[in-house]
Amino acid sequence: MPRYHENTYGIVAIALHWTIALLFLGQIVFGFSMEQVKSLALQFELIQWHKSFGFLILILAFLRLLWRLAAGRPQPPATLSRVERVAAETVQWTLLIATLAVPLAGWALASTSTLGIPSFAFNLVVVPHLPLTPSDEAEAFWRETHKLLAYGAGMLAIGHAAAALAHHFVLRDDVLVRMLPGRAARPATHRVTLETNDDV
Amino acid sequence: MSDHVPTPASAGKLAGWVLAASLLLPSAPASADALSEAAGNYRIDSSSKINFKVDQVGGGGIKGSFGSYSGSFRIDGSNVSKSKVTITLFPKSVKANQARMEDFLRSDAVFDVANHPEITFRSTSVTRTGDDGARIDGVLTARGKSRKAQFEATVGKRNGKAISFRVTGSIYRSPYGMDVGTPIYSNVVQFDMTLNGTRK
Ligand code: HEM
Ligand code: HEM
Repeated sequence: MPRYHENTYGIVAIALHWTIALLFLGQIVFGFSMEQVKSLALQFELIQWHKSFGFLILILAFLRLLWRLAAGRPQPPATLSRVERVAAETVQWTLLIATLAVPLAGWALASTSTLGIPSFAFNLVVVPHLPLTPSDEAEAFWRETHKLLAYGAGMLAIGHAAAALAHHFVLRDDVLVRMLPGRAARPATHRVTLETNDDV
Repeated sequence: MSDHVPTPASAGKLAGWVLAASLLLPSAPASADALSEAAGNYRIDSSSKINFKVDQVGGGGIKGSFGSYSGSFRIDGSNVSKSKVTITLFPKSVKANQARMEDFLRSDAVFDVANHPEITFRSTSVTRTGDDGARIDGVLTARGKSRKAQFEATVGKRNGKAISFRVTGSIYRSPYGMDVGTPIYSNVVQFDMTLNGTRK
């Protein structure tokens, strides 16, 4: 039952998509960079910022999941083949889950670390550790999981972005435009609706 | 001193005690003054304990100790305020609950033991705060920076050859360029030491 009758994701989903996309990709670059830092003092501070932004992403991703479940999404453009739709849908769900799973794995890493460093998000809120037993093995496991999920999701996101850009610049359809604020901001009556099977 | 004072259960016992005390008069006033009686020069021996603690947000904190140190003190019998104490800690010997934490403390993030192998405290004045207690003011030097510091000392066990002090004090670490981890970890380092002095 599609709740969207316009050919746009709507301003909420669009705001969440681009905020999370920016933070998520930034967080991967940040995570990679902080590992290269030589000064342990600076690295400590950077990891705390990394954790803070990670929690922020986790909250936003959770809101997005709720929004997605509540509001659904616009019908895929009619120009897409069945394979394309399934592929896009699969990648998007994987990315959505990754934006939850990566910070959760990071949280598990911080929670199982034998260093027991508290999480003090943005120096404002103490985020309790997950109820996991700290040990060197658990910490190593979650570090590796966090890292693999993060870089894996990063690669998938690049593919996802490339596909979106290809749709826009090569195939010249409106896949990307549906995710841009311009259309969502226009009054509903003036919105271009290319969908013919809107009520399916 | 307090072990000389019984708790009289009856007036009879009290009278007996007063009598006994008056007979012991030559030594009784001296025992009420542990510090002057213990006058002399002492070396801080290796059975001492130098523990510290740094609180963290949400409860708990880092507990550590220094295994290697050297120092001496002189108790001035006629004028306790002229007493002196100097102590040098070797931060390379820092112990914490975790090898990684110890490495972190030794690194240039905290003690920077490669460039600053010693932390010293030199008293500048001693003020009596009671029969068996004193406040010690002095200068604490760490990472090449010297700042005023204050400790409270209480006489513990003692005999003719040795005297033990419990020494406590809280030091702000930021003036020494050791503020890494604030505000997750408190700026205040709480020292709790047992200094065992052996007469020189
Ligand atoms: C979507 C959010 C997040 C992303 C994309 C992300 C990504 C990354 C990346 C790419 C690294 C570097 C891995 C490496 O090369 O070794 C990293 C490290 C790390 N992450 Fe995250 N992270 C996120 C959230 C979190 C959260 C919420 C926490 C903890 C509460 C966290 C804790 C850590 C820690 C402690 C490290 C350093 C591990 C180490 O020093 O070995 N991360 N993260
Ligand atoms: C930076 C370049 C990016 C571009 C150009 C881009 C573009 C798009 C477009 C056009 C759509 C709509 C696709 C359709 O209707 O079938 C979409 C949806 C989606 N994208 Fe991206 N995206 C980018 C980055 C990301 C990143 C980094 C993530 C997550 C890590 C992400 C996660 C999603 C998800 C989950 C959806 C499904 C819609 C929703 O639930 O909001 N995207 N993206």
